[in-house]
Amino acid sequence: MSARRGLVVILVVPLASCNLVQSPLNPVSPQARELLWLFVVFVAVLGAIWLAVMATLALSLRPRRPAGADPLAVDPAYERRAVALVTGLAIVTGLVVLVLTGLSYAGQRRLFGEEQAGITIRVLGHQWWWEVRYEDAAPDRVFTTANEIHVPVGVPVAISLDSTDVIHSFWVPSLMGKQDLIPGRSNAIRFTAERPGVYRGQCAEFCGMQHARMSLLVIADEPAAFARWRDGQVAPRREPASEEARAGEAAFVAAPCALCHQVRGTAAAGRNGPELTHLASRRTLAAGSLPLTRGSLAAWIVDPHGIKPGVNMPLIPLEPDRLNTISAYLAGLE
Amino acid sequence: MIRTALALVLAVLPAACQREERQARPSPVGGESREEVALVSLSPGSAGPVVATSGKAAQFEGNAYHLSQGKKLFVWFNCNGCHGQGGGGMGPALIDDRWIYGAAIENIVQTIREGRPNGMPSFRGRIPDDQIWELAAYVRAMSGNVPSSAAPARSDTLHPRPAENRTDPSPPVAGGLVPPGGERAQ
Repeated sequence: MSARRGLVVILVVPLASCNLVQSPLNPVSPQARELLWLFVVFVAVLGAIWLAVMATLALSLRPRRPAGADPLAVDPAYERRAVALVTGLAIVTGLVVLVLTGLSYAGQRRLFGEEQAGITIRVLGHQWWWEVRYEDAAPDRVFTTANEIHVPVGVPVAISLDSTDVIHSFWVPSLMGKQDLIPGRSNAIRFTAERPGVYRGQCAEFCGMQHARMSLLVIADEPAAFARWRDGQVAPRREPASEEARAGEAAFVAAPCALCHQVRGTAAAGRNGPELTHLASRRTLAAGSLPLTRGSLAAWIVDPHGIKPGVNMPLIPLEPDRLNTISAYLAGLE
Repeated sequence: MIRTALALVLAVLPAACQREERQARPSPVGGESREEVALVSLSPGSAGPVVATSGKAAQFEGNAYHLSQGKKLFVWFNCNGCHGQGGGGMGPALIDDRWIYGAAIENIVQTIREGRPNGMPSFRGRIPDDQIWELAAYVRAMSGNVPSSAAPARSDTLHPRPAENRTDPSPPVAGGLVPPGGERAQ
C-alpha cells in the first residue's frame, strides 16, 4: 500500500512543474489548435496500435499445444485463418498510414494557408537573441526591437524569418509550430492570437553556446493597447528626465556601447547588438536571461560572460559612476 | 603479444587529443595591455630599440575562437569601409605582404589602439582591449600568417578571395611605403 502511494506521489510531483506559459497543450491560436488536434489523433491511433501489438505478444506466449503433440503437425484450417488474418492486418496497416498521412497533409494545408495578414513582422536570428522588425508601408512607421513581440488579438500575423549567422528555430508553442531561420533563405510562419496573454518562445535548433538562453516573449494585447504600444515604439527615445540620466546618456554615447547598440534620437547608431531605444518597456534582458531592472542592467554590463558565457557583448571596464549613470539611463528608456 | 601491443597503441592514441581553450570572458581586472614596439631598428646609443610586450599574444595567435570572433568584428566595426575586404581602398591592403607599421600582432594591436597617420583612427576606449587583440589576430590571418588549422573557413556571404584557411602564407616584408602626401599606401 505504501509502495503504491509512493509511486502515485512520484508520478504526480512532476505535474507541479507544468505551466501554460510555454506549452503546446495550451493552444491560443487556430494554428496551435490544429497541431494539438493532430498530436492527439496521432497519439490515440498509434497508442491503440501499440497496445494491441503488446497484447498480442503477451497472448502468443501462452502455451496452447497439448504436451506431447507433434510440433511439426499443420492444421490446414488454422493456417488458412492465420494467412487471412495477417493479410487483413497488413491492409489495415497500409490504410492507417495513408489516413494519417492525409490528416497531416490536410493540417499543413490549413497551417500554411494564404490568409491576408494584418501585420508583417521580420524576425532575424542572432547568436543569441532575436531582432524584431515591424514592417509598414510608411517608412517612418518601421521600427526595430528585440526579444519581445507584441501582437494584437484576433489579427493574422505573418512572420518572416531570417538568420544572420547559424540556423535557429522560432517556436512559441502556444501559438504555432516550429519554423527554422536559415542563413540566406527567407522562411515564413503565420498565427492569429485569440486571447490576450504572455506566451514564451524559445530557439528550437541548437545554435551554439547560449542556445538555452535564447528565448523570447510574445505578448498578445487588445488592438487598442497594441496600437498605443506601437506608437510608443515608433517614437525616438524619451528625453532623459534627471541629471543622472543625462550624464548616463553622454557616457553611453561616448563608451563602446554606441558601437553596437542603437538608441534612436542619440548618436548611438550601432546595429550589431539589440536596439535599446525603448529597452525599459521590455520585460526581460539578454533574450530572457534576466528580469529587466536597473540592478540586473548593471550586473549585465559589469559581467555579461558571468551571466551568459560566450555572449558577443564584451566586458567593458567602466568606472563605478559611469556604470551607475548608464544603468540609470537605460532603466529610464521606456 | 600482438594483441597487447595493439591495446597499448590504442591506449596511447587519445593522449594526442587536444581541445582548444576558449577564453570568452576576458580578465575582469586590468584595462589594456602594455605593448612597446619598435617600428625601426634605429635608436640612440649602441643598444637597439627597447621592445617590451605583455605576452598576451600567445593567448590570441592561432586560437580558432579568437580568430573567428575577429573576423566577425572586422565586419561589425566596419574595417571593410576603408580596407575593403582586406584588398585596400582608402586604407592600405591587408592581404598582401607589406607591413608599414610592422607585422607582429603587438604592432597591429598598437595600430588599432593608437591609430596611424593619414587616416587610421584611434580606437582606444571605443573597442574593448580583448576585441582589439581578436581583430589584430584576424588581420594576420588575412595574409595567411596563422596556422591554417585555426584560421576561419569559408564565409556564408559572397567573398572576393579564398577563405583564410586556404590563403597561402605571405611572409611579411618590412616597410611598405609610407605615403608622403597622404595618398594611398602601396
